[in-house]
Formats: sequence, C-alpha cells, structure tokens
Amino acid sequence: MSILVIAEHDNASLNASTLSTLAAAAQIGGDVTVLVAGHNAGAVVTEAQAASGVSKVLVADDAALADGLAENISALVVEIASNFSHVLTAASNFGKNFMPRVAAKLDMMQVSDIVEVVTADTFVRPIYAGNALMTVKSKDSVKLITVRSTAFDAVAETGGSASTEELAFGEAFAGTSFVSRDVTVSERPELATARIVVSGGRGVGSKEQFTIIDDLAEKLGAAVGASRAAVDSGYAPNDCQVGQTGKVVAPDIYFAIGISGAIQHQAGMRESKIIVAINKDDEAPIFQIADYGIVADLFDVVPELMAKL
Amino acid sequence: MKVLVAVKRVVDYNVRIRVKSDGSGVDTDNVVMSMNPFDENGLEEALRMKQAGIATEVIAVSVGGEKSQDTLRSALAMGADRAILIKADEAPEPLGIAKLLAKIVEQEDPQVAILGKQAIDDDSNQTGQMLAALLDWPQGTFASNAEFDGDAINLTRETDAGLETIKINLPAVITTDLRLNDPRLPKLPDIMKAKKKPIDIVEASSFGIDLSPRLEVVGVAAPAEREPGIIVADAAELVEKLKEAGAL
Ligand SMILES: Cc1cc2nc3c(=O)[nH]c(=O)nc-3n(C[C@@H](O)[C@H](O)[C@H](O)COP(=O)(O)OP(=O)(O)OC[C@H]3O[C@@H](n4cnc5c(N)ncnc54)[C@H](O)[C@@H]3O)c2cc1C
Ligand SMILES: Cc1cc2nc3c(=O)[nH]c(=O)nc-3n(C[C@H](O)[C@H](O)[C@H](O)COP(=O)(O)OP(=O)(O)OC[C@H]3O[C@@H](n4cnc5c(N)ncnc54)[C@H](O)[C@@H]3O)c2cc1C
Repeated sequence: MSILVIAEHDNASLNASTLSTLAAAAQIGGDVTVLVAGHNAGAVVTEAQAASGVSKVLVADDAALADGLAENISALVVEIASNFSHVLTAASNFGKNFMPRVAAKLDMMQVSDIVEVVTADTFVRPIYAGNALMTVKSKDSVKLITVRSTAFDAVAETGGSASTEELAFGEAFAGTSFVSRDVTVSERPELATARIVVSGGRGVGSKEQFTIIDDLAEKLGAAVGASRAAVDSGYAPNDCQVGQTGKVVAPDIYFAIGISGAIQHQAGMRESKIIVAINKDDEAPIFQIADYGIVADLFDVVPELMAKL
Repeated sequence: MKVLVAVKRVVDYNVRIRVKSDGSGVDTDNVVMSMNPFDENGLEEALRMKQAGIATEVIAVSVGGEKSQDTLRSALAMGADRAILIKADEAPEPLGIAKLLAKIVEQEDPQVAILGKQAIDDDSNQTGQMLAALLDWPQGTFASNAEFDGDAINLTRETDAGLETIKINLPAVITTDLRLNDPRLPKLPDIMKAKKKPIDIVEASSFGIDLSPRLEVVGVAAPAEREPGIIVADAAELVEKLKEAGAL
C-alpha cells in the first residue's frame, strides 16, 4: 500500500491536524508520502520531513498554491492520485473544501470524516451529528479519505527523515482568486488541539459578558469555544463554534457554560474525556452527558471557580 | 440569470434519531422530515438575488423519492418559481447526486448553483464541491456572505481560522453556511400559491448515468453511551473532583 497525505499548513508551519492524519495513515499501513502544496513553505517541508513515519515529501511551490484554493490544489492532487492506494487529508475546512473536487474529477467517492480504520478499505464515519456510526467499504481503486483529527492521536513530530522531491504545478484555475483573509488572533491555545476548552453559550448573555469565559480560559490555559447561538449573537467569532457545523474537539476537560447541549452542539464535544456543565436549568440536556454538573447561575459559579484555581 | 438551488429532504434537526436494531441503517419511518437547513439558506440567498434584480428565475431541484415533492412544495412556498424532482428510489451517493445535478445544469443553463455545505443526515459535505468539479466551475464553499460584482462574486467563507474572501467568476457553485442569511418563513397565501406552481418529475434512470454506489454500507451502529455523571454542589467540590480525577 502507498499512501499520500495532503499537508494542511499556512506556508509557515504544519497544522497539527496533519499529524493526526498521519496516524490514520499509519493504521492503514504502507509507505507514506506527504504533499506540501504551497508557496515559500520551506519550514513546512522541514516539519513534514521530520514527522514520524513519512518516507517522502513532495513539494509543489507556486504562488497559485499559496492560499489553499481548492481548484488549484485539487488539480495537482488529481495528477498524482493514481500512483497511490489511498489519499488522505484532514476533515478540516481545508480538506473538506478540496477533496470532494478531487474525487469527482477522478470519478470516485470520498469517504468523509473517518473516526476509525477497520481495514485498508473499510472505515467508520459518524452520520446524523454523531448519533450513528456508519461502517463503509470503498470499492474505488484509490481510497479518498478525510480524517477526523480528534479520533487519531498525532504521530510524533520528530523521528522521521524523509527525502524530498519537487512536483511541478501546471496552470492556475482562471475563475477563482484569493482576495483577503481575516484571521482571528488569540493568545489562547488552538481550539482543535487544546487540552482544556472553556465554551460559552447564549446563557452568557452578551459579548461584553463573554469576557467571563475568556478570563476562565486564561486562568486554565484553555482554548475558548462557543455554541452556535453565542456565535450567531456575536459573542464570539465563527472559528470558536463547536458542533456539527463547527469544530469537533475532544479535550481532557470541556467546560460547557450557559450552553443547553443541543444534539448539534454535542456532536462537536461528546468525545471529550471529562465534560463539566454549568447551567441554571437542571433539565438542560447537557447534564445527560456531563461528568460533573453544577446547577446554578454561571455568574456566581465562574468567579468562585476562578478563586479556587 | 437563472439560479439553481438543490434542496434535500432530511430528518428534521429536532428529531433524536434511532439506529435500527439490525444495524442496517437509521429508522426514518414516521419521523418528521424537513428541508435540510442549509438548503433553506441556499434558497433564501437565491430569492434575495431575485429581489435585488440579479436573478430572473429560481429553480429548486431535489433528488429522492415521491415524498421529496413535499420539500419542493416548501421551496415553492418560500418563493422558488418552479421545481424539478429527480426520482430515485435508492438515494444515490454525493457523486451520483452531483452527476444528476450537472445534467440539470446542462439543461437549464443557470449562472449559479447553490447547495448546502452539508446535509444534516449523512454529513458528507461533498456534493457542491463535486458538482463544481464536474462542471469545471469555481466553488465558493461554506459561504457566510456573497456580494455580486458584475460577472463575479466576492464570497466570504467561514474557515477554521476565521474568515476568508475569494473572488469567483460566474458561472459558479456556492455552498452555504448557516450564517449566510435568515431564511424566511412562508406565509399562508404563499403556501396556497405554491400548490399551483409546477413540479417537473424526471426519472434518475433516464439520464443514462451510472449511479451504482461506490461505497458499501457494512453496517450502522449507535455510538457508545457516556457513563452517567454527577451533580456537584459548588465550585469547590468541582475543583476537588477534577483534581481527584487527575485532570487538574
Ligand atoms: C447503497 C447506499 C446506501 C446508503 N445507505 C444509507 C444509510 O443507510 N443511511 C443514510 O443515512 N444514508 C445512506 N446513503 C446515503 C445517501 O442517502 C445520501 O443522502 C447521499 O449520499 C448524499 O449525502 P449527503 O446528503 O450527506 O451530501 P452532502 O454533500 O452533505 O449534501 C450537501 C448538499 O448537497 C445537496 N444535496 C445532497 N443530496 C441531495 C438530494 N438528494 N437532492 C437535492 N440536493 C441534494 C443539498 O444542497 C445538500 O445541502 C446510502 C447511499 C447508498 C448509495
Ligand atoms: C443544521 C444545524 C446545525 C447546527 N450546528 C450547531 C453547531 O455546530 N454548534 C452548536 O452549538 N449549535 C448548532 N446548532 C444550534 C443548536 O441546535 C442550538 O440552537 C444551539 O447549540 C444552542 O446554543 P446554546 O446552548 O448556547 O443556547 P440555548 O439553547 O439558548 O441555551 C442557553 C442555556 O443557557 C442557560 N443559561 C441562561 N442563563 C444562564 C445563567 N445565568 N447561568 C447559567 N446558565 C444559564 C439556559 O438554561 C440554557 O440551557 C445547529 C442547528 C442546526 C439546525
């Protein structure tokens, strides 16, 4: 078996999701090649070479690859996919954007968002917001897969010493161009990989009051998350949303504060090791999955909690 | 210009689904069905394009059984001008759906096709990107804002790091995020009027496309339940418990 993993990065560093994708590749088993498609992404290539289990790094450098445009990345992957038995990437917004385009161009079906490798052609993926797990077997000659990062423990960042090979990029897709990016700057750890996540919901009440969530997160060295209601109401930016249509997280501790625990929210956090819920309504569904619950006003509990930490 | 909107009939988002005991799938008998929420956003966007004088006609398309006509009626009640049902007994995979939609695009020649970023039942998040690939059109996925600018769209996308704006030339595929707009609720007179609007019905098999599945469903299982937790009295007890568990 020979597996191609498409690296997710911002031209400066390798996204941790790629290390989890490599772990899924290791479970499938076989020779692992990483593709770094970007522009002036030398640092990413170095990281990919060092990642455990990688034997070769393909490097495609072109201005048209700088911004992760699906049209360009997919064209490149389509060129080389048939040299591999599997092509894997993270089920992040980056991977979800380009991989189906690769699949359709190759006339193949993608297996989305896998959480388990059963055999080299059979995988488990959640459907219905994680309320059911479907096992599917792919009959296509190349298995095209997006991997849920939280379901696979990252491989070591070091230990590998992969060779590199340059890959030429053809022509940029004419109809799409990158305009601008508005990246949320935060001093907090990355939501997707943080050991502790503190999330606030509609119960927090306003953008100003949401600082109570930020403050607790800072005290715990945690990432900040939010429910869709909190994002829709402008309390927190969109990249903080946890859930079926937001990010999937599985930290050691997840604090759900002023969050009712709708199925769509649970879809993004129910695999957390410990769930703590703070909600004044003792019937809120979040208590059904919480390990520790406090039924009280969050504006009383959170300051007390800060004082105890 | 014409705008094509794909609408899928799915189990309503409020329903707590049950996995069938024989592991063959999810029980969808006698549960409330509705239009995939993301497709409501897609339709709303198309209707706003029409109100703004950008679009001339809004066509809703669904792939599914006879009952998908209900979803198309809802689309007509919201304001779609007409609807097409592509009848398929077995729901095809996203690749098959994309191939069918590509055929409708060939027939209708829309400048924009709008799909949801994902269907809340299968959560594949593939169909729109696949349709764009088959047509060789630009794709503006996970859209939270779309500004028309002549023959192009300045499209804002939700990403894992924040927001990103790309420019895509028409014709193009858009897939919607929930924050794109607030879908309207149809009023009673609109629902009455919708009953008179046309729904064309075509058989999926009439397109001569190979729709046979590439993925074999081996089984469907319920996820493991979490162990029941406990209610603690206050912050002090919580900190104590978290320390006991070795988490703090
Ligand atoms: C043999 C076989 C067995 C299957 N078994 C099951 C099963 O047991 N359980 C199960 O839940 N599914 C099963 N499916 C999957 C099938 O029912 C899915 O609906 C299909 O694969 C589309 O996936 P999706 O809706 O997640 O696509 P997504 O890519 O998530 O959908 C995105 C968007 O595409 C558009 N779209 C998608 N489908 C349609 C449609 N039908 N009509 C109009 N627009 C559409 C909508 O705009 C939607 O918002 C099976 C499929 C096959 C072939
Ligand atoms: C297609 C679709 C996709 C979706 N995707 C997502 C998703 O990805 N992520 C997501 O989160 N949601 C998602 N949702 C929305 C989801 O259904 C819920 O509407 C949402 O999660 C509710 O957010 P909430 O819990 O913050 O708000 P609410 O449900 O309003 O809950 C607020 C809670 O705060 C409590 N509260 C209020 N004041 C206080 C106080 N002072 N102290 C303590 N507790 C207090 C209340 O008791 C209540 O339980 C989706 C919905 C749809 C239809």
